[in-house]
Amino acid sequence: MPKDHGIGASSKRREDARFLTGKGRYTDDINVAGQAHVAFLRSDVAHGRINGIDTSAAEGMPGVLRVFTAKDFEGVGGLPCGWQITSIDGNPMQEPKHPILADGKVRHVGDPIAAVVAETAAQARDAAEAIVPDIETLPAVIDMKAALAEGAPKVHDDLTSNLCYDWGFVQENKEAVDKAVAEAAHVTTLELVNNRLVANPMEPRVAVGDYALHSDESTLYTTSQNPHVIRLLMGAFVLGIPEHKLRVVAPDVGGGFGTKIFHYAEEAFCTFAAKELQRPVKWTSTRSEAFMSDAHGRDHVTKIELALDADNNFTAIRCQTYANMGAYLSTFAPSVPTWLHGTLLAGNYKTPLIYTNVKAVFTNTVPVDAYRGAGRPEATFQLERVIDMAARELGVDPVALRRQNFITEFPYATPVAVEYDTGDYEGTMTKLLAMIDRDGFAERRRQSEANGKLRGLGINCYIEACGIAPSQLVGQLGARAGLYESATVRVNATGGLVVMTGSHSHGQGHETSFAQVVADMIGIDEGQVEIVHGDTANTPMGMGTYGSRSLAVGGSAMVRATEKIIAKAKKIASHLMEASADDIELKDGKFTVAGTDKELAWGDVTLAAYVPHNYPLDEIEPGLEETAFYDPNNFTYPAGAYACEVEVDPETGKVDILAMAAADDFGNVVNPMIVEGQVHGGLAQGIGQALLENCAYDADGQLLSASYMDYAMPRAHDMPMFQVDHSSQTPCTHNPLGVKGCGEAGAIGSPPSVVNAVIDALQSGGHDVRHIDMPLTPARVWSAMNAAK
Amino acid sequence: MYDFTLTRPTTIADAVSALQGEDAQPIAGGQTLLPTMKARLAQAETFVSLTGISEMRGISAADGVLTLGGGATHATVAREAAASYPALASLAGRIGDPAVRTRGTVGGSIANNDPSACYPAGALGSGATITATGPNGSREIAADDYFQGMFATALEEGEIITKVAFPIPEKAAYEKMLQPASRFPLVAVFVAKYADGVRVAITGASTDGVFRWSEAEAALSGDFSPAAIEGLTPPSNDMISDLHGTPEYRAHLCKVLTARAVRSAQ
Repeated sequence: MPKDHGIGASSKRREDARFLTGKGRYTDDINVAGQAHVAFLRSDVAHGRINGIDTSAAEGMPGVLRVFTAKDFEGVGGLPCGWQITSIDGNPMQEPKHPILADGKVRHVGDPIAAVVAETAAQARDAAEAIVPDIETLPAVIDMKAALAEGAPKVHDDLTSNLCYDWGFVQENKEAVDKAVAEAAHVTTLELVNNRLVANPMEPRVAVGDYALHSDESTLYTTSQNPHVIRLLMGAFVLGIPEHKLRVVAPDVGGGFGTKIFHYAEEAFCTFAAKELQRPVKWTSTRSEAFMSDAHGRDHVTKIELALDADNNFTAIRCQTYANMGAYLSTFAPSVPTWLHGTLLAGNYKTPLIYTNVKAVFTNTVPVDAYRGAGRPEATFQLERVIDMAARELGVDPVALRRQNFITEFPYATPVAVEYDTGDYEGTMTKLLAMIDRDGFAERRRQSEANGKLRGLGINCYIEACGIAPSQLVGQLGARAGLYESATVRVNATGGLVVMTGSHSHGQGHETSFAQVVADMIGIDEGQVEIVHGDTANTPMGMGTYGSRSLAVGGSAMVRATEKIIAKAKKIASHLMEASADDIELKDGKFTVAGTDKELAWGDVTLAAYVPHNYPLDEIEPGLEETAFYDPNNFTYPAGAYACEVEVDPETGKVDILAMAAADDFGNVVNPMIVEGQVHGGLAQGIGQALLENCAYDADGQLLSASYMDYAMPRAHDMPMFQVDHSSQTPCTHNPLGVKGCGEAGAIGSPPSVVNAVIDALQSGGHDVRHIDMPLTPARVWSAMNAAK
Repeated sequence: MYDFTLTRPTTIADAVSALQGEDAQPIAGGQTLLPTMKARLAQAETFVSLTGISEMRGISAADGVLTLGGGATHATVAREAAASYPALASLAGRIGDPAVRTRGTVGGSIANNDPSACYPAGALGSGATITATGPNGSREIAADDYFQGMFATALEEGEIITKVAFPIPEKAAYEKMLQPASRFPLVAVFVAKYADGVRVAITGASTDGVFRWSEAEAALSGDFSPAAIEGLTPPSNDMISDLHGTPEYRAHLCKVLTARAVRSAQ
């Protein structure tokens, strides 16, 4: 029987009523009395020297309060990078300045050159168009390998080259890996591109800066996944505002997908300008601005080699990746191709030797940073594609080849520095094969062939490292911040609870699932628990939401704080019932004394905490409010097996997805319905990457896919009905809920199955196509078929 | 969007007269123009809305001809022309999404002549007659003379499309391959078989906009079957090259979709 409340129940998302009826309060809904509006003038060339900026006409236009350029930011810091990578030679990465407004040079299309603050948004925009920048266009570097060539134009004149870092991992294994590859019975080599993506959350970015003269306090309302991180980075490194004089509020946020983790120039600008002008200042991104100013995702060029022995056991993996950083280092950009990518190259397999080299490259493009999955989709894609290719070359069943090499014993220490605590890869694979009726595929293929279509089935596994933490480990890896999470649980006198979490919800449903956990622990109705997040003024210091970490890390902090509440409440109850605290039990919202019929309701005890007439004041303080910070000792490792079945029209190259199945192991599940929704969203984005989405630049650095006319977003029409299973549950061993995280799995696991399926279909039609780079548009599939004729 | 004045006349005569004003531009359903205005890429002192003119909205079929008022929306055509000219109704019913079809008009589409729009293929493929009305009265323009290249037409300044007359063929079909992002045709083909021959009009493919594939027309006029064009080389009319397809791919699609349209039209 499915549970109807508490942990394990598919409680309806309480936040959806306001989201679906237009009653959400998003950043753009926030209008501060007296606010002025900002418009940015952005570069229309990819690379150029700023010889001057004539703002005189703009300054005289109606409603204009002030025009800002880089010279107004002297003494203000640049945008900081939160992660430092060390190169093979021991040197730290090259870290360029990242000014709020372009200083001396523009480095990508969309780089902000100047900003106008005016009474209305239209006046600001009119005036921004009247600014006359004198920009001498310079040759741009777009292609990563060209950017590293001798004599290539430099994105940053003060750096030695366009190479940000040259990272080797695990460097001590390099020789052994080279030897294993040289001596292997078989080596499969695959060169591929992991396509650049634009996150495109439904809500574009917005920032409202406000300054209170009476208290000398600044407030920033912003579309962020982690308001405390923004407060720390912007306050300490950019504007020099102490945290106690800076409040950051991220209210309802309409999707993030990673791109709202980072600290952006527009946020710092609005906060700065509000104080300068003593006026609230608001900026709302247009969709066009979003394409050229939100951090992009992916953009790796990779060569991977898989070595096997004569019995088809994996013996080594060698990988060389070029990772595009764009023109500046976005907040966590350096960590994505390294620690979120190199550490996942073992996948679900016991490959003893792995080496990866990553060259991170500056180009005249929008900065690239984490996007749903961040590094792990890139690792999964290359690994699961090269395994499929190896199976084809060796003439063995791709599922059998995977099964033969599965890790089966846990904990398992990989050769790439992480230790998987639990997993059951055979379990999810078995479930998957039943879900997709693999045995019936041959007959389905025959039916497609009778209709002139090619049918393919693609299967793959994935593993990811979630619950991004622990602080001590990430500190050793170059993180400049900790990665714990926090919660304060405040019990009110009448028994209701307010949980203030450092996690942030921007669509994930925390207000529902977090309440389920706390209500379940106490045995009260979920409606008695309110979840508060997104405001540094009323939540404890938190690191926010990304890397599928909210429940695993933030939820664990909440459990720890609730445990403290329960322990104290039991002491109060023991006093009231004149029993030993050790004999008190809390169940279904009632305190009982073991072996007696004494009982007290939850509300009786909470009332006593705040009306302490009869209270052990010599032992404990009145009140019932506890805070916990939780810093786990490992990542969590969700894993699973995915399958995709496609039909390809050989005349046009068009791919239709007929079935998509996901068998995941997320450990324990708090709300199955929400988990299913998270997987659906991830699958849609994974299918989008595999078939549709492509952020493309021309050789001069003009963004070709700068609107929805050319950037193909996945639509409901493109999706099959999903089959989702998460009944394989090997609980995480090191967090109190035994949860692993589910937010990114769909986007990580699905692209390889789509591509594997298309290749399978083409091969079945006699087309010797080994690989096609994503997105597999009809034109690309048709071209590949014809090239292979 | 820049500031502008909007007028909404209720007769063709008033609209034509309003368009004589300084820097005045017509706006019909606005499904292309509004996004362009919002991006600040189009502006005018005055926009003259054509949506209030009831005499431009009618749809009638008589004597083998389907006549659409220039202001007939795609949704209306899809519904009301389904019996008289199903292939054209199907073309209208597959433009954009329901919101676009509810606002967009046949006159607006043909006046704009986007190289990837659907209606130009329907009009050229049907040998339609376009009625343009301006300060000097109305004139009729044959589709073969009207479409003059990408975004270029025979319309003169101040003229609006008040009527489009489509001769109803014996058989017809419209086949399109969608551009994955915009959902405009990547290539689409309108094939219509008349007593005096077959017309094949192709949109989305050429940098010159909609065109007739005369070689296929000749072959199909002799034998209206997919086999008739098997031996033909696809047209090479300056095919578009962009993110979504090479010239070779577009040329290939011309042939594939023509064959499919012939098959659908049987």
